[in-house]
Amino acid sequence: MLQFKNLIKVSIKSILKNRMRSLLTSLGIIIGVGAVIVMVAIGEGASERIKNNIASLGTDLLMIRSGASRFGGVSRGIGSAIGFTLEDVDKIRERATLVKAISPVVRSGGQVIGGGNNWNTSVEGVNTEYQYIKNWEVASGEFFTDRDIRGRRKVCLLGKTVADELFPNSNPIGERIRIRNTPFQVIGVLKEKGQSGMGQDQDDVILAPATTVLYRLKGGLYIDMIYVSAVSSDRIYDAEKELKTIIREIRDIKTGDDDDFFIRNQAEITEMASSTTEVLTLLLGSIAAVSLLVGGIGIMNIMLVSVTERTREIGIRLSIGARERDILTQFLTESVLLSAIGGFIGILSAFIIAYILEAFTTLNAVIKPDIILIAFSFAAAVGVFFGFYPARKAAKLNPIEALRYE
Amino acid sequence: MNKIIETKQITKTFYMGDIAVHALRGIDLSVEAGEMVAIMGSSGSGKSTLMNLLGCLDQSTSGEYFLDGINVNSLKKDEYAEIRNHKIGFVFQGFNLLPRTSALENVELPLFYDRNHRIKNPKRAAIEALERVNLADRMDHEPNQLSGGEQQRVAIARALVNQPAIILADEPTGNLDSRTSLDVMSVFQELNDQGITVVMVTHERELTLYARRVLEMRDGLLRRDYMVENRRRAKKDLEEIEALEEEMV
Repeated sequence: MLQFKNLIKVSIKSILKNRMRSLLTSLGIIIGVGAVIVMVAIGEGASERIKNNIASLGTDLLMIRSGASRFGGVSRGIGSAIGFTLEDVDKIRERATLVKAISPVVRSGGQVIGGGNNWNTSVEGVNTEYQYIKNWEVASGEFFTDRDIRGRRKVCLLGKTVADELFPNSNPIGERIRIRNTPFQVIGVLKEKGQSGMGQDQDDVILAPATTVLYRLKGGLYIDMIYVSAVSSDRIYDAEKELKTIIREIRDIKTGDDDDFFIRNQAEITEMASSTTEVLTLLLGSIAAVSLLVGGIGIMNIMLVSVTERTREIGIRLSIGARERDILTQFLTESVLLSAIGGFIGILSAFIIAYILEAFTTLNAVIKPDIILIAFSFAAAVGVFFGFYPARKAAKLNPIEALRYE
Repeated sequence: MNKIIETKQITKTFYMGDIAVHALRGIDLSVEAGEMVAIMGSSGSGKSTLMNLLGCLDQSTSGEYFLDGINVNSLKKDEYAEIRNHKIGFVFQGFNLLPRTSALENVELPLFYDRNHRIKNPKRAAIEALERVNLADRMDHEPNQLSGGEQQRVAIARALVNQPAIILADEPTGNLDSRTSLDVMSVFQELNDQGITVVMVTHERELTLYARRVLEMRDGLLRRDYMVENRRRAKKDLEEIEALEEEMV
């Protein structure tokens, strides 16, 4: 067996002898490895962003909606059951033990006028606990109080987007705005949350007391949904079970009958979102892997040329006592080295590209150590796989004919 | 005396499609330690084929071949490689040095393929081999920086470095002018004086005068086998030529 050090030395020498050719050969691997890492990083970045966004909603979150009612075996579809009322929320709060916070959500929306501008946005009627459930923080001013809710007072907090649209140059606090011709007083501005995992602008919202929105803005009896925060995220399923029992009692559903409401927990939503991005990552990664394969074929091509070009050298080595195995390892080492160097440069360029993407675009690129390892070992494997045939061809040469080769 | 080479009726037949070409038709040959043998013959006489067989680069069709006491016929491919590495030093007509590789590294090369690592310090052994062919001062030069004669000296050093049982030279002066040929012959003579067995193939009759024994081949058979009378010394001839040239100037 050829000494390892010498083997590497010989291979490096032969790679350096044809700098341009080696570079072009490696380029296939560089692009392949770089593309795989960058593509997967973009996929990972997207999924991480979505997960973060969902986590920022709170992992202990439960959403309750009224659902389909059944009448004599006929399902009437979503919304056919009677909705929840504000009293239901109070009843649930009284009885539930695994609930940290609970808030009704009354959805409304429409044209908002204020500060000489107007803007179409959505209005959410909630209670004071809502800010803990959805992790809303107040940037300036203050959140409304239970007194405001009881008094159905027309006060509101603006999301960052709304505040910027209506009052681009002035402080909105204390100003009056009109939501669908109902005057409200701005008592606070919410801290920026950015885009949601689904790409919605979470700051394009106005928060107001649930009572005000329900009775003064929307009119009606029923709220749209109930947001609940469980005492801790690991007790979320227990909380869900408890809520189910309580709501069934409140709504007087007989044993054996189906629920006419839904409870959704955040874990389900997270799973749904991450399974989408996993598919995305897989797709991007496999497209990039094709280019790695093409790079491997490039290596095979060059190694075959190299074998022909160095027939005489192989003859010399065989004549002074090199075994088939020695020639085989020499050429294999060379092709593996070529692809490993390509892989290494590919990893470096992936980092640079990821950095540029993060700096100049809105894309997130998260490079994980395991994908580097996978891409690199894949590149090395490509070297072995596509180097084997040329190496074998070299090793099988007849020394006499190889020496005569011109 | 110790027989380095002994062949018994070895033949070699090549097939060109359906036509059989009998390159060797049964050669009985023995070379003893310390001999310097020249194998003479015109092209097509089978001398190169014989050389390839002796050098374990090729296998005979029939017959037996003992190299340094080992029956070579029964060996496997890898063992063949090992024999080439341990027992034989090959010198070629076209030098066959690795390009863009220093003289020293070229000479070291056979030692890297020595699985048994018989020689502990390859670099020192390579330098010593280069010293024996008077090229130690050129060991960092690459083949294209060396003259033909110097390249052949490097090749001889490479053949020596593994301390082989025999040096086989296939037309070692074929690519060299007459003066450089003398130079190379003097190296072989010096090595032979030190006890190294040399077998060379040539088609130039005047070069056989520097050997101790001559074998003449024709049509795949050994026709003559005789000792050289009035053996010439290459070094002396070279000095004479140089003296003559000086007079002319």
